[in-house]
Amino acid sequence: MIPAAFEYTRARSVADALKALGARNTKVLCGGQSLIPLLRFRLAEPKRLVGIGHLSQLKGITRTKGGVRIGAATTYRELLESKVLQSDFPLIGEVTAHIGDLQVRNVGTIGGGLAHADPAADMPAVMLALDAKFQLQSAKGKRTVAAREFFRGPFSTAMKPTELLTEIQLPALPANAGTAYADFEQLASGYALVGAAAVVARSQGSVTQATLAFTGLSDTPFLAKSAGELIGTKGDAQAITRVAEGAVEGVEANDDIHASSAYRLHLAKVAARRALTEAVERAK
Amino acid sequence: MGTLFGSGIKRREDPRLITGHATYTDDVKLPGLTYAAILRSTYAHARLKKVNVARAKKAPGVVAVYTGADVKERVNPVPCAWNVPNCDLKTPPHPLLAHEKVRYAGDGIAMVVAESREEARDALDLIDVEYEPLPAVVDPEMAAQPKAPQLHAEVPSNVAFTWNVAGGDADKAFAEAAVKVDLRIVQQRLQPTAMEPRAAVASFNPGAGQLTLWVTSQNPHIHRFLCSVMLKVPEHRIRVIAPEVGGGFGSKIPAYADEALVCFAAMDLKRPVKWTEDRSENYKATIHGRDHVEYVELCGTKDGAITGLRAKVYAGLGGYASTAAPGIPTILHGLMYSGPYTIPNVKGTVYGVYTTTTPVDAYRGAGRPEATYLLERLVNLYARKIGMDPVELRRKNLIAKDKFPYTVATGITYDSGDYQAALDKALSILDYQAFRAEQAKARKQGRYLGVGVTTYCEICGLGPSQVAGAVGFGGGLYDSAIVRVYPTGVVRAYIGGKPHGQGEETTFAQIVADEFGIPIENVEIVAGDTEATPQGWGTYGSRTTAVCGSAVKIAAQRVKEKAKKLAAHLLEANEADLEWRDGKFVVRGSPDQAKSFADLALMANVAWNMPAGTEPGLEATAFFDPSNFVFPFGAHICTVEVVVETGQVKILRYIAVDDCGPQINPMIVEGQVHGGVVQGVGEALQEIAVYDEDGQLLTGTMMDYAVPKASQMPKIETAHTVTPTPVNPLGVKGIGETGTIASPPTVVNAVLDALAPLGVVHLDKPLTPARVWAAIQNGKKGGAR
Amino acid sequence: MKQSITLTVNGTDRAVNVESRALLAYVLRDQLDLTGTHVGCDTSQCGACTVLLDGHAVKSCTLLAVQVEGRAITTIEGLSADGLHPVQQAFWEKHGLQCGFCTPGMILTAVDLLSQNPDPSEAEIRHGLEGNYCRCTGYQNIVAAIGAAAAALRSGKRAGAAA
Repeated sequence: MIPAAFEYTRARSVADALKALGARNTKVLCGGQSLIPLLRFRLAEPKRLVGIGHLSQLKGITRTKGGVRIGAATTYRELLESKVLQSDFPLIGEVTAHIGDLQVRNVGTIGGGLAHADPAADMPAVMLALDAKFQLQSAKGKRTVAAREFFRGPFSTAMKPTELLTEIQLPALPANAGTAYADFEQLASGYALVGAAAVVARSQGSVTQATLAFTGLSDTPFLAKSAGELIGTKGDAQAITRVAEGAVEGVEANDDIHASSAYRLHLAKVAARRALTEAVERAK
Repeated sequence: MGTLFGSGIKRREDPRLITGHATYTDDVKLPGLTYAAILRSTYAHARLKKVNVARAKKAPGVVAVYTGADVKERVNPVPCAWNVPNCDLKTPPHPLLAHEKVRYAGDGIAMVVAESREEARDALDLIDVEYEPLPAVVDPEMAAQPKAPQLHAEVPSNVAFTWNVAGGDADKAFAEAAVKVDLRIVQQRLQPTAMEPRAAVASFNPGAGQLTLWVTSQNPHIHRFLCSVMLKVPEHRIRVIAPEVGGGFGSKIPAYADEALVCFAAMDLKRPVKWTEDRSENYKATIHGRDHVEYVELCGTKDGAITGLRAKVYAGLGGYASTAAPGIPTILHGLMYSGPYTIPNVKGTVYGVYTTTTPVDAYRGAGRPEATYLLERLVNLYARKIGMDPVELRRKNLIAKDKFPYTVATGITYDSGDYQAALDKALSILDYQAFRAEQAKARKQGRYLGVGVTTYCEICGLGPSQVAGAVGFGGGLYDSAIVRVYPTGVVRAYIGGKPHGQGEETTFAQIVADEFGIPIENVEIVAGDTEATPQGWGTYGSRTTAVCGSAVKIAAQRVKEKAKKLAAHLLEANEADLEWRDGKFVVRGSPDQAKSFADLALMANVAWNMPAGTEPGLEATAFFDPSNFVFPFGAHICTVEVVVETGQVKILRYIAVDDCGPQINPMIVEGQVHGGVVQGVGEALQEIAVYDEDGQLLTGTMMDYAVPKASQMPKIETAHTVTPTPVNPLGVKGIGETGTIASPPTVVNAVLDALAPLGVVHLDKPLTPARVWAAIQNGKKGGAR
Repeated sequence: MKQSITLTVNGTDRAVNVESRALLAYVLRDQLDLTGTHVGCDTSQCGACTVLLDGHAVKSCTLLAVQVEGRAITTIEGLSADGLHPVQQAFWEKHGLQCGFCTPGMILTAVDLLSQNPDPSEAEIRHGLEGNYCRCTGYQNIVAAIGAAAAALRSGKRAGAAA
């Protein structure tokens, strides 16, 4: 499997990369773990690739006012090794540990994966649940798009071809928040048949905030509206089950050789219940 | 026996493999090498209206482009080499490149040869093919119906053969039986997935008229023969080298159009040509396995004595009959319907059916896993129906150890066995009764545990050549070895087999070193080059140790006899007075009167003082043709927990007790069991090739075909019993396929045992969480079959 | 279309002339004759092509050579300059290979795995091999080999520290 020919430019800076992105039929290559297989199958045949994986401007995990900023070219391995994330956003590490495999995590980047927008990838659901913001940059300037506005469809995002995802901003979690992720893997690819990410905050035993997001279930990761119903409850099993049931109501679930839509919907409820239960447990 | 037989010494092939210094086919480089790429049909079934290669021919770096029309007069089609008799077998021609029709998505249409891999690949995009699509049919049972789309004009209803087997009077047994059970079983299609994809490198020397082919082959001599047929080149002008081969599992037995095309191009262009599959190409163009739709029945008495078995099987062949395809669901399947049991009445009909899919051929176990699976499923169903413990039912029907050699209803004779002993051993490792108690307790807590117990025997060590001939196998099934002693006392054995992971470079060296009492470091095994090795029939069907290993042993014995003659001469003693001790011939009673193996090696090779009438040199060739197949056997047990909420199956324990006779290297035997069991667990739980109704392979990459991963597979507990076979001088049976034969029913029966309280009676492999969950939902509704 | 880049391969700087689209695996195999790096799939799953990039295991069939310009690559041929690496030794001792095709990638992944987790449990080893497929061994002896190598490396380190 050999990609079609293309030109490769190694960007010297973010500005340099943005300039290169102005040319037609140009794509960004960060870690390449999603893009290179597509190139090999000639499912993507860009004329030009701009390499950005090496740019230190795009790397790093730093605390900001209340939250954390992650450079888009930060590798999964760097996410796993980050003390800041381990303490402030343990959910990131939990999910990252089973993205791809050891080798893919050594090269693959959080920004590359998010920009690729695979509808069965784990991280988008986490970004939705954490209400992440993505900084997009083009030669014309910067803008910030909420993760909740970013994912538009399978492999489709709010980014323009001339834009680069430069950083992921995670707002501080509410006080007394617990987070969790539960998923079921497709046996061959390891991608999620269904994954559910939950963020729950409690105060004096009562749920004060609840967010639940799914991936793999339909063609775009999405936030479950029913999660709000958990607020005011004790986060007990009954309330959680009600939210989990409600979360998938009316959802048109994917149906393929790996799982029927009925099975996916069922797994989604199970995953939602497990993630919420764990998150409630941790929200102390 | 010497001291190495039975010893789990480290493998001698490993140092090159763990350091990256082994040479696989794609590693072969030659001056002036060109690269081939093959354009494959995107349709499963279509008439080729036009194949225009004009643009590709002009592309940068392109040396040549061949189409079906270009080559059809100059080569012969891919032969089918197992012409099973008495079944009206029809094997229409399989052109090296399609020229009228394509019959599966992946059928070759054109080949590009270019100066680089990249240029060859780029040029494929410049070939214009105009197809006239025809309807596809992917299911073998559907394809055999009268109105199904027809693949080959000369094969009505796509039925390539109708093969019958019968012993006793099964219809009468069923008419009279008190208890009958029946099942429709789908034994899903599998993608063999040797980790090394196929590859071929061909080089032609026009001066000598000599063609050399490096190829990913389990059987270079068979490849030489079949390439000779396809290329119309005499066999002695073709040298086939199978260098390091990265797994086969049957998929590197057949002759493929691809390697013949590479040879053809090398001869036509007078330049070396290399072709290497991609994995996604491998999944379309390399044979698949299994693919049965079966209607099977078992009958017996109310107290559990099996009296009859009937089977009607639709076996998918794919678009064409691959090399050994007709023999797999017949000779290697139907003859084994009795398994390890005394079943007096057996009747089977197998339809070999063409479908618009990748050809199906031998995949690890080849026919025997399917036979074992259907039998073990039926036995469990029977036990359930009469309310008998499935282990007791098995025990009641096993062939007793004093009955061997035992001729089963299908007419074959089992060599030796003690089936009860293997079963007892497996049960005691588990503590079967304790598990049953634990299971009952767990059910009260709402947890679903299950146990599956399989008793099996299988036919391997293929086999007597006379039988091969009688069943239409297009070759012999003996094997061979030359044992040659070099003047320094180093011994090399040149063998007809071609190990590709099974470790015979070690085990055969153990045989030779023992025979001569020399350090194993002084022994080397050479395989895989038709110019160096005597005619052999390859490594498959768990035959290499039993058949080729026996040839090694016999050749070594012949060398030793000659060495003894020479020693007697040099020592001026009678042969009868010599004894072999510590690597020396010693005159009995005079320990200082001795000739070492090294002395004799030198003296035989320089021939200064040979006994009258004895030729110089110290080497011997042996061809060993066994008097019968061998029949390894054993008992496997699996315990599982099914998570009812999600359908997930967790294997708690997997116990394999196998009897392959005496073990030359127990470490290697254990490794074969591990690998075989995991391949079978993959079949039971997650592997399946899926086509859509248009004949597109939906599991065309590793993203969708679930090759077992380390985290998905259980730890396996192994144990053995030892029952030698009388049919070869080593007493050994085969161990390469037992794991794959025994494990699918063991796992499936365990899961179905767990699901029994939920009303689930049968479920086809693979038992993915999705399928198990759906079956549980269905069972709850009372909808289980 | 071709450009010259420099890679440090097994400790030596190597200049190679490559197309932009050239995958690292093929540059190693075809241009640098390091054929111990194998290609077993096209979807970045099987891990037969694994090499170390600045000491970390990566899939060389899913990296462009131009992408890793200037960086240090270790292939199976260069893992140990002197005798066998403890992981290689353990694969040999524990019969952690049969056909050998997946083995270089397995070994190099194991080296990285053990550098991150010197004392992994069996489950952690199995999880660490998510990106390495073997069709021969059933993984059991591979897992055993990595466990044995971990013990050997730990005791080697202790011995080194004591000395």
